[in-house]
Amino acid sequence: MGISSFKGFRRENGRVGIRNHVVILPVDDISNAACEAVASNIKGTLALPHAYGRLQFGEDLELFFRTMIGTGANPNVAACVVIGIEPGWTQRIVDGIAKTGKPVTGFSIERHGDIKTIAAASIKAKEYVHWASELQREDCGIDELYISVKCGESDTTTGLGSCPAVGNVIDKTVAQGSTASFGETSELTGGEHIVKSKAATPQIAEAFMKVWSSYTEMIFKEKTDDLSESQPTKGNIRGGLTTIEEKALGNIEKLGKKTKFVGVLKPAEAPSGKGLWFMDTSSAAAEAITLWAASGAVVHLFPTGQGNVIGNPIEPVIKLSANPVTCSTMSEHIDLDVSAILRGEMSVDQAGDKLLEMMVRTCNGRLTAAEVLGHREFVLTKLYRSA
Amino acid sequence: MKEFLMHDAKDGVGVAVVDIKAGQEVQGVALHGQAAPRVKALMEIPLGHKIALRDFQPGDTIIKYGCDIGKVVAPIKTGEHVHVHNLKTKRW
Repeated sequence: MGISSFKGFRRENGRVGIRNHVVILPVDDISNAACEAVASNIKGTLALPHAYGRLQFGEDLELFFRTMIGTGANPNVAACVVIGIEPGWTQRIVDGIAKTGKPVTGFSIERHGDIKTIAAASIKAKEYVHWASELQREDCGIDELYISVKCGESDTTTGLGSCPAVGNVIDKTVAQGSTASFGETSELTGGEHIVKSKAATPQIAEAFMKVWSSYTEMIFKEKTDDLSESQPTKGNIRGGLTTIEEKALGNIEKLGKKTKFVGVLKPAEAPSGKGLWFMDTSSAAAEAITLWAASGAVVHLFPTGQGNVIGNPIEPVIKLSANPVTCSTMSEHIDLDVSAILRGEMSVDQAGDKLLEMMVRTCNGRLTAAEVLGHREFVLTKLYRSA
Repeated sequence: MKEFLMHDAKDGVGVAVVDIKAGQEVQGVALHGQAAPRVKALMEIPLGHKIALRDFQPGDTIIKYGCDIGKVVAPIKTGEHVHVHNLKTKRW
């Protein structure tokens, strides 16, 4: 298919975004109220409230900073105001985002109070919105895109239609030089041997198996039953999926037929080069997409069977479904209906072309169903309890 | 229009792509063009759910996508509904 360019926002560091958000980023849970007040004062800003940021330590704290800095650094964000309770961790996040060259300023609440902080941050946010609103889209190449993929509320139709359509787009875009990432570590269980065979080198295969085994060990340590309502979910089962193995084999259709993956990423870690990357993520949609957005992904392809309604505040989530019941009963959530695959009226290659077209339209500015419906699920992954 | 799809010629189950009624004779189609069987559904199979394409005994493995998707835990006759009541994961 001949789509090789789109109109995006080229940022100070050369990276390309498809949205132009001015984000008001809380460092911690107790700064959510100030951020939401700024976002209420200043139209055209987006607050990202979340539940954490206090007393975290070790690898969990590193993941927290990687997620917060990565979110502000994402090319879909034009500028960022950071608000925290105290100046130390606030400045650490500001300094991390500032490495991209984009405008970012931090404010801390202690010794000022909410009201003075909100006033000062609102003045800065207003300045950023005026500036960002004059930025223009320019021609960008498909090779400059970073795409993430994950399915949700899967059923047997995702393995038959919507996941293969995503895999087809991965094959077509990675061949043109795009960057892409898949994850859902636990949800590869039953198909891990196939994922392993798709690694570009034996070393990468080994690195993948190490991450997958570690996640599986955690599940065995914590589980109290056979996970028969958690993995697969009740929704998966309602849609006809019976076991994790069956779910995984449908899931990995998203990896494409030809593409090999070139590396293994920690949660929220940015890829160091082009090609398809495995990221160690939760299989829960909001957590996983938050990690990909923090790693710099600018557009997400989301196959659904039974109708997961997920969105992300900064990374547009394009939903496709091959389930005719979902496409008719939940049509407002579905950007692309590929149920014709089930009727034998559409090939996977044709579905891939339609998805590629929808992706480019989204990159050019078309709002996704999740964006129009206001889905802004921003959910941090927490590795263990706080200190 | 066919009533069920198969991912791989080795698969022991098909996926209903319409709501199948008990007693209905149904025809499958394999995604990669291989011949697919015609079976009589012994019970209702909702869209997206699996229909057995041969008989299974407890302890048997069910193949879908050409791969192992779990173990049979209750006898299954050709044309019956395959789901959580007769198929379990081998992993968890």
